[in-house]
Amino acid sequence: MQTTTEIGYNSKVEGDVVVTRLDAALNWCRKNSLWPMPMGLACCAIELMAAGASRFDISRFGAEVMRFSPRQSDVMIVAGTVTYKMALAVKRIYDQMAEPKWVIAMGACASTGGMYRSYAVLQGVDHILPVDVYVAGCPPRPEALLDALIKLQNKVAREPLIATLKKVT
Amino acid sequence: MTTSLELAERLRAKFPALISAPAEFRGEITLEVSDPEAIPEVCAFAKRELGFDYLVDITSVDHCGEDPRFTLAYHLYGYGHLCPLRLKLRLSEEKSELPTVTGVWRAADWHEREIYDMMGLRFRGHPDLRRILMWEGYPYFPLRKDFPLSGKPTRLPEVAFTEPAPLDGGPFVTIAGGKDTIAREPRARIPETDALEPRK
Repeated sequence: MQTTTEIGYNSKVEGDVVVTRLDAALNWCRKNSLWPMPMGLACCAIELMAAGASRFDISRFGAEVMRFSPRQSDVMIVAGTVTYKMALAVKRIYDQMAEPKWVIAMGACASTGGMYRSYAVLQGVDHILPVDVYVAGCPPRPEALLDALIKLQNKVAREPLIATLKKVT
Repeated sequence: MTTSLELAERLRAKFPALISAPAEFRGEITLEVSDPEAIPEVCAFAKRELGFDYLVDITSVDHCGEDPRFTLAYHLYGYGHLCPLRLKLRLSEEKSELPTVTGVWRAADWHEREIYDMMGLRFRGHPDLRRILMWEGYPYFPLRKDFPLSGKPTRLPEVAFTEPAPLDGGPFVTIAGGKDTIAREPRARIPETDALEPRK
């Protein structure tokens, strides 16, 4: 009668196990499923829509779930001119987003006020929100937004997640 | 085939004391209405009797330093006769108030709100005279000439705020007549004193 004795290499176990850091695994999950909050305020929103459509297809990077629902969103894409009338509404929507959350300032207006050196326009959304990635352009092409998204993914991948969680609890 | 000039004369015949002789500039007819209080009556006649069923726009001009300070222009058009007509009136700063024409054209609602928002002229009898572009509670009228382009700081907690915009030596002004695109480019300069030379 033959008995099976496994010595050393265990194929059953080894085949199903990946060794990694918990940080890296969780961040990998996060960065490939960034749900955007499309804060479309001006012409940049048209390019944002193009980035979501078939030609540029933002879903290749896991960010296609654009719903106007801040409570399910991870990254706010501020696409367009932020007027002072809109500023606190943008801030309020940002505050409604659950942690962790990130912000992309898309285009010249959202980054700095752009060409609107005016009494009516907030001179950069970073006056009210912490911006992670700024995108140059007026408006930026969809490729530029995709590049910003990839840069944000790289940033998310490097975040010390466990240390942050420990700090919170 | 009626013309703007004929319609202007008919309007003037109805209100001879109120309306000036029609002035023509590049084929457009303008009438001056001397009394702002009469504007709803004049407009009602223009609409009901002369067929100006479309109020294209109401605009306002601030002649800061002159008296009367403000001009309002009513742009009328009729789809029956396809003739445009412009009515103008002057309004002093002390008064800053005139009757609404929302009773004649409902389209006047937002035009008058915009003029109230930007110039601070109040329309008596307007059904809903709120600001339309700036937020409710903003203390200034930003298209008046004495309001700085960069704005003024304001703060209304939980509603809105403004900060002056950095102009970096601006406002950036372009001057026609430069010999090339570099000379015509918008640059920081005071148009009255800097002429064609950009400020150093």
